[in-house]
Amino acid sequence: MTNTLHRFGSAESFKDDIIVHAIPAKGKTTGQGNALPALKRFLEIAAEYSPINLGDALHGGALRATRSKRLWTHFFKRDSRKNYKMVIDGLTAPTTVAAVFDKLENAEAFVKRLKQEDFGVSVNISTSIDNAKACCDFAGIKRHSIGYSLGFEGIGENVPGNQAIMLSTMCGHGMVAQSLAKKMIDFVKENRRSPEEAAASMARFCACGIFNTTRAVRILENARIGAKE
Amino acid sequence: MKINQDKCIGCGNCTYVCPMGAIFVNPATKRSIINRDECVECYACYNGLSQEALPPGLSRFLRKVFRQIALRFEPEPDICPTAAFEPDELSWPRVVRRAFSDPRVPHESTGVSGRGTEEVKTNDVTKRVGPGEVGFTIEFGRPGVGVRFHEIQEMSRALAKVGVPFEKNNPITTLMTDVTTGDIKPEILNEKVLSAILEIKVPIARTEEIIRIVWDVEKRLKTVVVIGVGVRCDENGEDSVVAPILARLGYNPVRAKTNIGLGRKDLRDLSAITNVPYARETEMAHA
Repeated sequence: MTNTLHRFGSAESFKDDIIVHAIPAKGKTTGQGNALPALKRFLEIAAEYSPINLGDALHGGALRATRSKRLWTHFFKRDSRKNYKMVIDGLTAPTTVAAVFDKLENAEAFVKRLKQEDFGVSVNISTSIDNAKACCDFAGIKRHSIGYSLGFEGIGENVPGNQAIMLSTMCGHGMVAQSLAKKMIDFVKENRRSPEEAAASMARFCACGIFNTTRAVRILENARIGAKE
Repeated sequence: MKINQDKCIGCGNCTYVCPMGAIFVNPATKRSIINRDECVECYACYNGLSQEALPPGLSRFLRKVFRQIALRFEPEPDICPTAAFEPDELSWPRVVRRAFSDPRVPHESTGVSGRGTEEVKTNDVTKRVGPGEVGFTIEFGRPGVGVRFHEIQEMSRALAKVGVPFEKNNPITTLMTDVTTGDIKPEILNEKVLSAILEIKVPIARTEEIIRIVWDVEKRLKTVVVIGVGVRCDENGEDSVVAPILARLGYNPVRAKTNIGLGRKDLRDLSAITNVPYARETEMAHA
């Protein structure tokens, strides 16, 4: 998966967008056995460092779509609070797990703790190159490998509708449609939804909990007043 | 995926949430339907939309009344008020659409969900990309464009022509009939998926050559291509070899995925600390 790598935006726009994820190696020769306890513990510890989202690649993030068979559900607001306990308890099989941070110091402290815990699962930091380097330096870690994003070929930073692309590429699996992102921008502009409500609506589509609601709110606020990122 | 026409009330919410724009309200029936040729079976509509249980008949009647008096029926933008989406039974070759497009379905070939590859994310364990090598992920279809396999084949053939080996643990490679030519199974060439990744590894000296091939082929494709470049850092945790090549080609990467090297073959035994409380539940539930 390159689900966190190819986000659209400038380096400045990733200042509050730091994803730390753990992934078990699979395959006959390189498989690591049952990584579930380590992945669960990863999420448990992450929750102590004020993340803005947690998730796993099989069930989604801390905000999920709801299912109701009761008629009256329609007339009440859904719970839009992030439920980290649901994410941790719901992890039932080894898969990629992720924690999203909007403050570099929280990510740095979490990475340092992961080094101390020494689970043995692969850990990656997906953010600006500078942010990742800062996390490694803080934890006294030398980077093992780097996967650079060279950006979307032919799509420049100032392409029309760039804010919708910034929002939709925050789900690297493409589950947040650009048309939904554009609709949410319009809803915020028309004051039909707050940026927080619009961000929550989009976050529910993200299949692995890596949607950054803080960055989304900032993009929506900027879009409302016509400011560029 | 299909939309139950008895349940749909034509509110149009789903038309916005389809990443491929394949859903529209049919003016004749006033119900949403799916353009099956464009649908990539990503299940974003089914999994992403919250489902409610308004009675369809009454809802249609009320919508009609509201329209007469210039009022708007406005459900939350991310719900289907009548739970009208129903998954289809998919058969070969259409089933590859879901395998590549629905991130919750792990690929049979690799056991990995999403696009089905670990790239350098587990490089500390798998040693997939070693010193002196560069791993490429050539991704097609994002953002929100999609890709058909005949376009991917155009790229795989161009790379195979110059003798590039494809990563074995990658779902596209497993769908090739001949990895030496880059040919993909003919029956899936017109299948459309949300995104897919070709994965190769070459010596660092071939970095520029590969990027120029991608540039050349990408111009002929209708989809969008995004390149990921994976490198093994030196003993100081730096990459002083590939980054300058990328800079020479005009790239100034600002975002990257950094593997911090904590992975190893044997995991720490956590059986002794399972169920140890880590934080008060009240702090966790709605943090």
